[in-house]
Amino acid sequence: MPLSVSHYLVVSAILLVIGIFGIFMNRKNVITIMMSIELMLLAVNLNLVAFSGALGDLTGQVFTMFVLTVAAAEAAIGLAIVVTYFRNRGSIAVEDVNLMKG
Amino acid sequence: MIFDQIFFYLFSAVLVAAAVMVVTSRNPVHSVLFLILCFFNAAALFLIAGAEFLAMILLIVYIGAVAVLFLFVVMMLDIDFSQLRAGVQRYAPIGAVIGVILLLELVLVVGGWRFSASAPALRLNPAVAGISNTDALGRVLYTQYAFLFETAALVLMVAMIGAIVLTHRDRRRSRYQNIAEQIARQPADTMTMLDLPIGVGVKQLGILRPKPKLAALPAPAEAPVQLASDHRVPEPITRVEG
Repeated sequence: MPLSVSHYLVVSAILLVIGIFGIFMNRKNVITIMMSIELMLLAVNLNLVAFSGALGDLTGQVFTMFVLTVAAAEAAIGLAIVVTYFRNRGSIAVEDVNLMKG
Repeated sequence: MIFDQIFFYLFSAVLVAAAVMVVTSRNPVHSVLFLILCFFNAAALFLIAGAEFLAMILLIVYIGAVAVLFLFVVMMLDIDFSQLRAGVQRYAPIGAVIGVILLLELVLVVGGWRFSASAPALRLNPAVAGISNTDALGRVLYTQYAFLFETAALVLMVAMIGAIVLTHRDRRRSRYQNIAEQIARQPADTMTMLDLPIGVGVKQLGILRPKPKLAALPAPAEAPVQLASDHRVPEPITRVEG
């Protein structure tokens, strides 16, 4: 069976499900949740690249770059918030994040 | 092209296994290292799909910057991670149920999709034959998507400024001038005119300086010890201008 888009789709679907499973499993650990989000973004990127390669259209790769940009910005801001929060409260457990009484 | 498939299956197997380890590993440092392994294998899959430039970007940006940032934060924060994993047993079934439901939905999607007949005609930027992937991507990115490209740069700059503002601590490490105090200082605060008898040493008279008010201030830490022993603590001056 030659390589097709479906191969990539299966891999990225598995990756996305693992990411979502990670979010549910590590409900307390913000850092692992952020790593799971990175995994899910990676799955999206894989989809975009697979379709871009299969169709010979560069738009998918351009948008993969934008997704990468946003993911990098999100990781930087998120980790900065985690560091600041740890300094203030001495914990990063999600349950302790209740300063705003939301 | 049997090698394509062999490498595809190899890299995607390692990718999925590493992703599972990211999620389930006990030590977050191991999680980050497995995340790096994930990115490596995803970059290899990108290469197989023909996106060479993005594969290199994934290596440089994701492994070089983002994953290392994760590693820094995990190692810098002094967190009791075993305590954070306390509820895993409780949450794992819910996560598994939702994961399985989502996987079934995705299986339905992947099993039933097909390319539209007009898909090749709808391409926005068909890849040009004869130039490299990087070249082709650059030609599209800097012309048609120049505005989005600059917006992405703006997003990155805002993220950078935000991260710096959030984590920057203004520690007063250097010594500042207190300008108001300096201007308000009078000669009488620090200086006294004395009429001394001839031939009497200043030490015997007990008029060593600094004046008592200034001596009460804590001595600077970097003052040599030998000097401090030489200057006895000056007693308050009893005799002023015989």
